[in-house]
Amino acid sequence: MTSPLQRKLKIAGPTVVTANRLADGAVVWLSPAGGWTDSIGAAAVGSTSEDVLRLLDIAHGDENTAVGAYPAPVRIGADGTPEPANLRERIRVSGPTVALPAGASAAA
Amino acid sequence: MYVYDEFDRAFLQERVVEFRDQVERRLAGELNEEEFKPLRLMNGVYLQLHAYMLRVCIPYGTLSARQLRALAAVARKYDRGYGHFTTRQNIQFNWIKLAELPDAMADLAEVVIHGIQTSGNCIRNTTTDPWAGAAADEVEDPRLYAEVIRQWSTLHPEFTYLPRKFKIAITAAKHDRAAIRVHDVGLRLHKRDGKTGFEVMVGGGLGRSPYIGKTIRDFLPEEDLLSYLEAILRTYNLGGRRDNIYKARIKIQVHEMGAEAFAQKVEAEWAEIRDGALKLDKAALDAIRDRFLNPALEDLEDAPASLATALADPDFARWHANSVAPHKAKGHAIVTLSLKPVGAPPGDATADQMDAIADLADAYAYGEIRVAHEQNLTLPYVRQKDLPALWAKLKAIGVATPNVGLISDIIACPGLDYCSLANARSIPVAQKLTERFADDARIADIGRLHLNISGCINACGHHHVGHIGILGVEKKDEEFFQITLGGKGNSKARIGELIGPAVSEGEVVDVVERLVETYLDLRTSPAETFIAAVQRLGTDPFKERAYAPR
Ligand code: HEM
Ligand code: SF4
Repeated sequence: MTSPLQRKLKIAGPTVVTANRLADGAVVWLSPAGGWTDSIGAAAVGSTSEDVLRLLDIAHGDENTAVGAYPAPVRIGADGTPEPANLRERIRVSGPTVALPAGASAAA
Repeated sequence: MYVYDEFDRAFLQERVVEFRDQVERRLAGELNEEEFKPLRLMNGVYLQLHAYMLRVCIPYGTLSARQLRALAAVARKYDRGYGHFTTRQNIQFNWIKLAELPDAMADLAEVVIHGIQTSGNCIRNTTTDPWAGAAADEVEDPRLYAEVIRQWSTLHPEFTYLPRKFKIAITAAKHDRAAIRVHDVGLRLHKRDGKTGFEVMVGGGLGRSPYIGKTIRDFLPEEDLLSYLEAILRTYNLGGRRDNIYKARIKIQVHEMGAEAFAQKVEAEWAEIRDGALKLDKAALDAIRDRFLNPALEDLEDAPASLATALADPDFARWHANSVAPHKAKGHAIVTLSLKPVGAPPGDATADQMDAIADLADAYAYGEIRVAHEQNLTLPYVRQKDLPALWAKLKAIGVATPNVGLISDIIACPGLDYCSLANARSIPVAQKLTERFADDARIADIGRLHLNISGCINACGHHHVGHIGILGVEKKDEEFFQITLGGKGNSKARIGELIGPAVSEGEVVDVVERLVETYLDLRTSPAETFIAAVQRLGTDPFKERAYAPR
């Protein structure tokens, strides 16, 4: 295993750790308590690379709950909670930007 | 329709049991993600941005009405009531939960469909002409050979861990409707001195490094099909690169070695095995042919009176001219159902539409449906006298837009709305383009024009071979689009040429419209198609106008 000192991660600003829930693939974020939340506003925010590496370690240690964890950039909103900072992450939060067929969202 | 034998049915049932066990063990934490991922991929299960995606294989694009209803049921029960038909004649469901996937697969296995060979580094399901068995210009039904390839390739022990995925397409018609030249292996069935055989092309492909397949044999006798494919696969499996995922496709090997050297290796390998166990004898081919239940078409006359009467209605006439193709049997026709209505995601169909299409196939088309690589559906056996009634019903469910082969018949991948590899969204661009080009008379005047969109360089939306190709790229977290011109996916396949710097999402529709206006101004007559004009004029006049400040 790589020593933590050798691991590098460039962080440009506030960052959260996000993944997909194993059982249904839903988008989740690592929470400050070390569990997973389905609300980005409740996600743990790291602002240094050490912070984010620590969050990633927690996430990777819990691959039986959520898979494919990676760091995602956020902006801190007016209410002090994180919001997605790029299009990809906005789409992960809000779903496809195109209307699904009528009645589609009712199921699943 | 090919009727699967007991071996295939039993195999699928076992596969569902096995996958159910794997999912249970994964959910219980007994398998970790690294162990599980290859197992799910072997069954067509991907993880996208929001959820799991199940890609279901539709062998050579042929579906029975019963199978289409089963797909509708899966869409409704486990997904969100719709599916996406792909350029490889498959269907994708975007929202299935891992825990429910085994049930969905069990339901599909009831009608012998599955997700095997739709993902991973194996020989993927063979695609073919959606008009196979019906096309007026075909030599023979190519599905026989697609089925031969399926039986040979499924679970082939030697080719389960190839350097990379491997895609085969086959056509038997003069006009290539299966994009064979952009496949790892393309097979063109033709006759020589009364014998059936194949022109064999290798090393075509899109993605990061697009190549047009090179012919390495003009005529391969049909009995040698499998031994020759085996020789190609062996040459690739041993010599293909495994050090770099971007260089692992056969196209790179063929390009680096040269097609001639590659062909020599194949021929040497083939010489060793051509008279061995893989030789196809007539009895073996006949046994497979016998399992294809082709409809007993009625003996009918062309151009029945009821059709002539209906053609007086200009709306019907427009649809008929656009979406109905000649059949090899008199009194019959091939009907394409456009899954490209204005403003909707290309290739999507709702569960309700699928059920309705299955009913119409039963009523009017001998219960058979095909998936075309342009992401449309086809009814291959329709009586000409039924066309007016069928049209009214297709219109009612929104699949009779008369835009087949026209600018709004867009091929588009799922892009950033679904796909975790995407740089940009494809579907919204497609939607805006169909809205801009919504006028039926205008698009008919523009004529044949293939516009293809991919959300990243993997090129799932075939942008390289679009007459106009659009590729999503990202610049500083904004979506931009590169535009290529002059690509072709048919028998004279070529890769489109980039016309200049990428344009923003806000500009892309205007740029496309300027390209089209340039064509309309410069064409010699309406008989000169867009692509013919681009070939005659070169890309310069188009570039100038596309980027001209307004
Ligand atoms: C989760 C969604 C998808 C993923 C992860 C994915 C991934 C990829 C990748 C990585 C490649 C490049 C392969 C290479 O160049 O070696 C590729 C190519 C391709 N994919 Fe997809 N794809 C997805 C969806 C689709 C869809 C929806 C279609 C059909 C509309 C499709 C059809 C194709 C085709 C035709 C190619 C290019 C032909 C070739 O293999 O060279 N894929 N895909
Ligand atoms: S082309 Fe790229 S964005 Fe589109 S489906 Fe393929 S991998 Fe995804």
